[in-house]
Amino acid sequence: MRHILTPLDFSVSELDQIFDTAADIEANPKKYANACRGKKLATLFYEPSTRTRLSTETAMLNMGGSTMGFSDANSSSVSKGESIADTIRTVSCFADIAAIRHPKEGAAMVAKQASRIPIINCGDGGHQHPTQTLTDLLTIRSLKKRLNNMTIGLCGDLKFGRTVHSLIAAMSRYQGIRFIFISPNELRIPDYVTDMLDEKGIPYQENVRLDDVIGRLDILYMTRVQRERFFNEEDYVRLKDFYVLTKKTMRRAKNDMFVLHPLPRVNEISVEVDNDPRAAYFRQVQYGVYVRMALILTLLGIKVNDDGEVIEEGPGKLPL
Amino acid sequence: MLNVGKIENGIVLDHIQAGKSMLIYHYLELNKLDCTVAIIKNARSNAMGKKDILKIETDAHSIDLDVIAFIDPDVTVNIIKGGELVEKKRISLPKEVKNVIKCANPRCITSIEQGVQHMFYLADSRRNIYRCRYCDEKYTEQEIEW
Ligand SMILES: [Zn+2]
Repeated sequence: MRHILTPLDFSVSELDQIFDTAADIEANPKKYANACRGKKLATLFYEPSTRTRLSTETAMLNMGGSTMGFSDANSSSVSKGESIADTIRTVSCFADIAAIRHPKEGAAMVAKQASRIPIINCGDGGHQHPTQTLTDLLTIRSLKKRLNNMTIGLCGDLKFGRTVHSLIAAMSRYQGIRFIFISPNELRIPDYVTDMLDEKGIPYQENVRLDDVIGRLDILYMTRVQRERFFNEEDYVRLKDFYVLTKKTMRRAKNDMFVLHPLPRVNEISVEVDNDPRAAYFRQVQYGVYVRMALILTLLGIKVNDDGEVIEEGPGKLPL
Repeated sequence: MLNVGKIENGIVLDHIQAGKSMLIYHYLELNKLDCTVAIIKNARSNAMGKKDILKIETDAHSIDLDVIAFIDPDVTVNIIKGGELVEKKRISLPKEVKNVIKCANPRCITSIEQGVQHMFYLADSRRNIYRCRYCDEKYTEQEIEW
């Protein structure tokens, strides 16, 4: 039984298949309208993340399936102290696939060990958030028509930004990738990431000023500086508006550079940029739904023909 | 060389880095065994200067060699049968250690979930780095409470 705990759980060619399916979903959404009829998705959200939960539930609903679950730990048996393992054993009797989000790192791994149904990690603390990374990859692939040979700029909080580390690891598997890390000194990319790049011989450079490097980028990935990462308010206030992407800065960028952002944004992208055709962060949300649909199909082993009929289905739940 | 009670059947762990014998004793839970255990600390060694030696009079199969390798991969394992040395083993770093050490990361799920297996995988065999299977945090040696 397949699960997704990290983006690296799938090989580059397996990811290609998922992205091909996602592209087909985008082109022919009707074909998939009944692909998951009768299937149930459980969303087990031990901490709220409305965007990720709604995206995952939408993916299931778009394919004719249904959803159940909880959206924070207080409203569930978890508040009575039930272990993750017991919760997932129980949920395995109800649902066909489960999406889990938890504040502790490695929670999805615990769920996987006890589960009889596929697990989608929707974020385990500061550790992994593979469906966000797959969303980012699909967005880049759809906009640039490739995932190799490009210069990717990552800007903002590169120290604590989990989505950033995960995206770098995932993009490092493709040929001809160069990274430019743009951050204030206090939020520089951690050594373990640059160690990994050095080991693989992948070129990167670090810069403080976005204006100096934006003209060389094919993708600009903006991130938010998060208050909860800081010990003191003073540092947060000083760094939160360190970068604000404006129309003026965008003038220096290539015509075919795209701006991505995992959202929600605060001030780091000025709203005046939203109408720029290169602003891709809301399209990114839409790709998030497509890639989650493709992922659910893959984990359930479901294939449909051109008439939208299910022609293949995985073996289903593991026996009790 | 001093000869602490030659053993008849069992296992002799030689070339233990001086000071690590008690760590091995602890992790192998030798205090729970009924058999003869000899701990030799700071024995003179030509190659190492000082070394520790552990002699354990027990069925060699009951000893988890992975645990020993995890603590000190340079240990030589001698299997003794009928008072004779029958096998000399070199051990290597285990790919995984299960339920020997615990993750120190307070954000790790293993800090709150009941009944989980504590698993670490060998992330870097050159630098002897193990990481938690759950949160990927690097393991660093802790003070052991005896
Ligand atoms: Zn851990």
